[in-house]
Amino acid sequence: MSELTKKGIGGFLARQGILVAFALFIIGFSLANARFLDPDNIMGVVRSSAILGVMALGVTFVVISGNLDLSVGSMMSFSTIVVLDLHDKIGPTMAIPAMFAMTLALGAFIGFLVGYLKLNSLIVTLGMLSAIHGLTLTYSGGKNMDIADKEGTWFSVFGQGDALGIPVPILIFVLLAALLGIALAKTPFGRKVYAVGGNGTAATFSGIRRARVVFSCYLMSAFCVATAGLIQASRSMGSQNTVGQGLELEVLAAVILGGASLLGGSGTIFKTVIGVLILGFIQNGLLLVGLEFYVQFVVTWIIIILAVWLDIAAKRGKLWSPIA
Amino acid sequence: MQAGTLSKFLKNGAIWGFIVLELIFFSVAGEFLSVSDKAFMDADNMLLLFKQSAPIGIIAMGMTIVMINGNIDLSVGATYAICAVVLLDSMTWPMFAGLGDGVIFVGWGLALLTGLVLGALNGLIVWKTGVDAFIVTLGSMLGYRGLVFMYNGEQPTSHLNWTLVDFAEAQFLGLHTPTWFLLIVTVAIWFLMNRTVHGRNAYAIGNNREAAVNAGIRVGPHMMINFMIIGFLAALSAIVFYSESGSVNPNDGELYELWVITAVVLGGTKLTGGAGSIISTFGGVVAIQLLRKGLAHIGADTSTVNLVIGLILIAVLFLDRQLNVKGREELKV
Repeated sequence: MSELTKKGIGGFLARQGILVAFALFIIGFSLANARFLDPDNIMGVVRSSAILGVMALGVTFVVISGNLDLSVGSMMSFSTIVVLDLHDKIGPTMAIPAMFAMTLALGAFIGFLVGYLKLNSLIVTLGMLSAIHGLTLTYSGGKNMDIADKEGTWFSVFGQGDALGIPVPILIFVLLAALLGIALAKTPFGRKVYAVGGNGTAATFSGIRRARVVFSCYLMSAFCVATAGLIQASRSMGSQNTVGQGLELEVLAAVILGGASLLGGSGTIFKTVIGVLILGFIQNGLLLVGLEFYVQFVVTWIIIILAVWLDIAAKRGKLWSPIA
Repeated sequence: MQAGTLSKFLKNGAIWGFIVLELIFFSVAGEFLSVSDKAFMDADNMLLLFKQSAPIGIIAMGMTIVMINGNIDLSVGATYAICAVVLLDSMTWPMFAGLGDGVIFVGWGLALLTGLVLGALNGLIVWKTGVDAFIVTLGSMLGYRGLVFMYNGEQPTSHLNWTLVDFAEAQFLGLHTPTWFLLIVTVAIWFLMNRTVHGRNAYAIGNNREAAVNAGIRVGPHMMINFMIIGFLAALSAIVFYSESGSVNPNDGELYELWVITAVVLGGTKLTGGAGSIISTFGGVVAIQLLRKGLAHIGADTSTVNLVIGLILIAVLFLDRQLNVKGREELKV
């Protein structure tokens, strides 16, 4: 094999490694259990990944712009609780826009702190994780929220409905992914997000208003969180205050698996979707071959480290780090 | 007094000023709002406060040096849970049945060893692969939690050894055993960071890694040692807490990393590395515990505690940046 082809194959593996790994997983699991490739099973996995996936779409924007969002989990709990509570008070037609407005206000607050005040996003969103959790508990008084009349409302359509034979959560996920994918890849705004994350100073010097871009990314993230909260609320028609707890890290894991760098400037919506699906299918595959749910934690750990390591190794051209 | 000295004084003293403010506020507000007729600054209450700060405080000391070094460790909560399981479970193993109360030392030894190994694993991965510590420990936070579940399923692990419980509840010179552990760890880590070569190198690496490399400092081993220390301290924290409580759920220690990081950041340690003080972290730990106790004292519930701590964290970040803006501009010129 010539040197060139070797490099070509290595380069391809490095660039599309995550897709190759995904394919290997699918093949492995489908050999282990025939039900894995059953259309019903696949539909089920995508459907249950939709909530995580929708949140990951927004966080992708934030991560590409060079920031983090650890508050999405508790923000999702907030929007779920709020929309369930308002559903019985002012009816679903009013409750949904009201909930979106409140969640977007939280996103705008974070965007203001990180974008305009230039505060460290890790600490700000860590603080907001705690603060929004407190807000949710204050709002609900610590009680679980339930919709009183579960049968007589069309609210269940977002989480449980079908359209054209496809579950609505999947439709929302796919639609939002397409929309945001185009926004990121094909519009001036998307290019600004990459520019700000890649080199903030250079972006500022070329006339991009960094603060405004970062602010918009957090708004985008809050919008996705509100959508996820809506699906969650509509699916279960009742919820605890901690429904989204821990999701922020799963979301981040999906985005990182998709190959976005935490330093900003790289990643795509398509790759994030792949990351979400990998997490979903691993979880499902491990359950189908008869392992306990917590085995997936360990497997996810190994996959995350390997994925990021190989990505970095390909970029620097060496497997081991040069740190002495 | 020069302007620089003033802002430096403000920065270093801020956490203590905050603690004094909290004490005054809760004492005064407690007079009007508290349902209990006991004063907030009651001696027993304050002793209890130190005891309750110990589990978070001990880990926070480790987090401070990891953050000074320019890294972060999100896996401490899971490490804490594994070490607790090892501690309680190993004391029931039949092979140690003949040891009597000597089994306590076996349990402690194994728990501390577990912490060291898990920390070393994190450190080794960060060192050898060059993957960012945030991602490595985010992964191991999931992975280590999975190991906790794999050890004993979803069941709690319980074992009470009364000699151990007596030891953990004892008071020596007025202070509880956990408080002593916290104080000893604080002094030891202070010594490590301020009086040893390792400490100075850790600051240097966090401040400017390339300069440290050029100065001939071996970055990797120092980072790995710091991860081993935080793993060891997470285990020690588990020992302090579970010697007394005697029962661990597989979910225990969740969100500990967030509480610990909050305490460390309140103490003024920079996420970017190179700056931070052990004594201020101690202040941060006390300030958080004071806030929780104080809010409970005036009748606020946990939701308010979460809300207030989150907002204070952001406020501290903002103030810190305002105080630092001047220095940064001077540097640019």
